[in-house]
Amino acid sequence: MSSVLSVTQVYKSYGETVAVDGISFDVERNEIVGLLGPNGAGKTSTINMVLGVLTPDAGSIFIEGLDIGTHRSQALQLTNFAAVYAPLPGNLTVLQNLRVFGLLYAIKNLAGRIEELLQQFDLRKFRDVKCGVLSSGEQTRVSLAKAMLNSPQLLLLDEPTASLDPAVARDIRDTIRHFAAQEKAGVLWTSHNMYEVEEVCHRVLFLSRGRILLEGDPRTLPREHGKSTLEELFISVAREPLSLEVE
Amino acid sequence: MQCARTVAIVLREVYLIRGSFSRILPLFVWAGVDIVLWGFITKYLNSITSSGFDFVPALLGAVLLWDFLTRVMQGVTMTFFEDVWSRNFLNIFATPLSITEYLTGLVLSSIGTSAVGLAVMVLLATMLFGLSFFVYGVMLVPFFLVLFMCGIALGILGSGTVLRLGPPAEWFIWPIPAIISPFVGVFYPLSTLPPWMHYVARALPPSYVFEGMRAVVHGESASPRLLLLGACLAVLYILLACWFFARVYRYAVRTGLIARYSAETLS
Repeated sequence: MSSVLSVTQVYKSYGETVAVDGISFDVERNEIVGLLGPNGAGKTSTINMVLGVLTPDAGSIFIEGLDIGTHRSQALQLTNFAAVYAPLPGNLTVLQNLRVFGLLYAIKNLAGRIEELLQQFDLRKFRDVKCGVLSSGEQTRVSLAKAMLNSPQLLLLDEPTASLDPAVARDIRDTIRHFAAQEKAGVLWTSHNMYEVEEVCHRVLFLSRGRILLEGDPRTLPREHGKSTLEELFISVAREPLSLEVE
Repeated sequence: MQCARTVAIVLREVYLIRGSFSRILPLFVWAGVDIVLWGFITKYLNSITSSGFDFVPALLGAVLLWDFLTRVMQGVTMTFFEDVWSRNFLNIFATPLSITEYLTGLVLSSIGTSAVGLAVMVLLATMLFGLSFFVYGVMLVPFFLVLFMCGIALGILGSGTVLRLGPPAEWFIWPIPAIISPFVGVFYPLSTLPPWMHYVARALPPSYVFEGMRAVVHGESASPRLLLLGACLAVLYILLACWFFARVYRYAVRTGLIARYSAETLS
């Protein structure tokens, strides 16, 4: 069976600045892959290219075997995302936003699916509340509900728990883990919370200056590189990427 | 093309208008004010001229037709601006929505919002100032059709311009109808214009509508050939505007502007 996401030799630059420098990786079914790295490492550019809102200068991206460049609509029908920097329109209610995005993904039995998600993300009491007046944590839950509307084969989460309290963040992590396990979906997850990454991700990719420096199991990777924790390894990648490159 | 995705764009606009007094009022208030203002001007002109010429169908009818074009254009741009104002491009263009579906949604939203403005204008013009559409006869259909298509083309062109130049460029869009109006002879025959303006007028579809309208008001017949030319130009401009929008969209996706739209420029 092919990978849910297959990224091959993808390169992107903004003028002289190289954002993504020929990276390749796959995300398999039932797998949660952590995309880690310091700010400006190329994580968001990578996610944007997978979402089809940024064209790579070179390389290819396939979602469920569909080339995002040539079969954009079909590929995105199988994909969804939630990101802290992309809240849903604040001038629509939770229900209105879910209806609009449900139609954009052409969901069958949309009303039923919305009710399921309102229940799952504890949003029933906010259904007629405008998203703009919700707390940042509540808005994140609405974004996650939107991201689950089409039961995507590929779910992209850019710091999904950044504005959640620890209890809600744990519930969300459980939900995503359950989703990846039950729906045969792949998840690409970025986070700066190394505890969370260690708990949730099956595999991590460390990005620095647009390149993948390290890849492996987040529970064993630190020891393999002489570090005691994932956070320590992250700091090394952020501060001294060259020392890790030569290892 | 998936109808549901186009319906999503229209539904979003319905939700926004339904829940916002400040979105409902502009649909008809300015058009209504224009009709009332020009209605009294035409009444005054009728009272001081002894020629017996009725200014109501010539001037008030022209104002109504021109305001209709403006409402159609603004119907498209307002729906587009909702995505600009709510910083929604990343969310909306990361869905399976295609540019054709998006633009169709903008056009359908515009049909709805411009119909409200038109209904109010017609009501005021007929009830308060006695404007009769029987004067124009069946030619009213091609008049509205050409102006509608021209409004759609201007709306898509304006939306593409704002997508390319960033949110502050919306102020370039609002005055477009006012800039065009002297060239298309809304209130006077094209023969009034100097030769260079005449050349510009010939390239603008509304010119043929207003020339035709004046001919009908003067008891002559509007030239079907010229109206057909106007319609063909309007279709051409819609296609060019769609091409321009799609080109700007591809540029925005290539450069990353869609994902970082609030930055306005990438330099």
